[in-house]
Amino acid sequence: MDLLIEGMREAIEMLISGDPEIFEITWLTLKVSLSAILISTLIGIPIGVILGLTAFRGRRLLLVLVNIGMGLPPVVAGLWITMLLWRSGPLGSLSLLYSPFAIVMAQVLVSLPIVIGLTCSAFQQIDKNMLIQIKSLGATRFQTVSLLLRETRIAIMAAIMAGFGRVIAEVGAAMMVGGNIRGETRILTTSIVMEVSKGNFDVALALSFILMSLAFIITFFLTILQQRNKKQ
Amino acid sequence: MKLNKIFTVSLLAVFLFMMSACSNSTNGTNEKNQAKPDETNTAEVKDLILTTTTSTQDSGLLDVLIPMFEEEQKNTNVKTIAVGTGQALEMGVKGEADVLLVHAPDAEEEIVNSGDAINRKRVMYNDYIIVGPSADPAGIKGMEVKAAFKQLFDKDAVFISRGDDSGTHKKELGIWKSIEITPADNKGYAETGQGMGNTLQIAAEKQGYVLTDRATYLAQKDNVDLDILVEGDDDLLNIYHVMQVNHEKHDKVNSEGAEAFVQFMIADKTQKVIEEFGKEDFGESLFVPYTE
Repeated sequence: MDLLIEGMREAIEMLISGDPEIFEITWLTLKVSLSAILISTLIGIPIGVILGLTAFRGRRLLLVLVNIGMGLPPVVAGLWITMLLWRSGPLGSLSLLYSPFAIVMAQVLVSLPIVIGLTCSAFQQIDKNMLIQIKSLGATRFQTVSLLLRETRIAIMAAIMAGFGRVIAEVGAAMMVGGNIRGETRILTTSIVMEVSKGNFDVALALSFILMSLAFIITFFLTILQQRNKKQ
Repeated sequence: MKLNKIFTVSLLAVFLFMMSACSNSTNGTNEKNQAKPDETNTAEVKDLILTTTTSTQDSGLLDVLIPMFEEEQKNTNVKTIAVGTGQALEMGVKGEADVLLVHAPDAEEEIVNSGDAINRKRVMYNDYIIVGPSADPAGIKGMEVKAAFKQLFDKDAVFISRGDDSGTHKKELGIWKSIEITPADNKGYAETGQGMGNTLQIAAEKQGYVLTDRATYLAQKDNVDLDILVEGDDDLLNIYHVMQVNHEKHDKVNSEGAEAFVQFMIADKTQKVIEEFGKEDFGESLFVPYTE
């Protein structure tokens, strides 16, 4: 209990004293996770829509793969990306390993299936009669999709939030492909792991409060966005 | 339509935010890249991947040395990857690292002989110690290290091993081997597969014995309820070497930076810093300079 209070005090002190390293780490965490979830959203929603609305050969197999991907262990994603980016690997000449870009890659890999899968299931639940109605009113394909996107807004925001939760909580892959390099790839989760192994539990606890506040603020805004105008 | 707008606008806002964040960071690197040529007349900042053991990072030594090195070599950006010595050496063999700072002399000689590493230099040492519960249920306090290991085995004491192929783990296995004992036969023997800091914490929780390097123990002393029981034996010397990965065998290696780092580690100035490191916080040096 003492440690908990101590950690909270430390967190507040860190923020007030304006320790530049903490800000740098927090800022990088924010940049990396938001980039990852943005990329996942931009790629994942269109794919989810297509998977949800159309029927084609191999669609079911694709869905199985997406659903497995939802549970892809981050360390597995990390290991794959590490081997891909190694100097001896296929993308070795780009020297991307141990850079924030590599962390974003790993985080996209673990969050993309979540966004695709949840978007797809939202679109599959759309009433067939509504689809027919929209079409009979002469909507273009673009109009149809944008109308349906509005209709499924709540589920899609939930998909983005679930993806974001995965991304900000991720540590295994970030450690492997990022390397926890001070001033370059050290993010909140990897610094927590490091501080624990150093035995600085108070610092680790303080960082955990900062991480949770960050997650809270972002999820708060996403939830507001999701629930907005619900009464109308 | 209104909802759609809100959604689009907010997505756009996030996107713009990201773009500005990205351009900020590129500006940052540009400045860095531009600032450096003025001083060194070299256009490119090259990465130098240093793989090392957790003890050099967890003790905080590298946080002091790396900025010093980067100050000296303006066009080198060091990427420190702190892993167990086993993995550090393996990354050298695969050519994934440029320079290694490790502490497992036998395994190091192997990769020098295989031609994967060159220019191996002795840097510093500290020592291993056996720590355990202050009550010392197995009664090993003050014994010689081999006798202590034997006693721990005979009494089936709780012994927590790193089990991660690190330098410390290799050392521990070497001691068991020298007294011809297979420790895994004992119920009290457990492997954590984790770093030294975590292993000490687990040992403290389980009230077990553990072989550790002194630096990590001193750094953790306040957290773990373990006392030094065996120390000062010649067998317990923990020697660190620095070496560069052979660029003739692995063509992507930054050999210039690696060579500079080796030179830096054995320079008098650096050795002085190593000697002073830790005196303020722990009352004694964590590492002792030990060049050839």
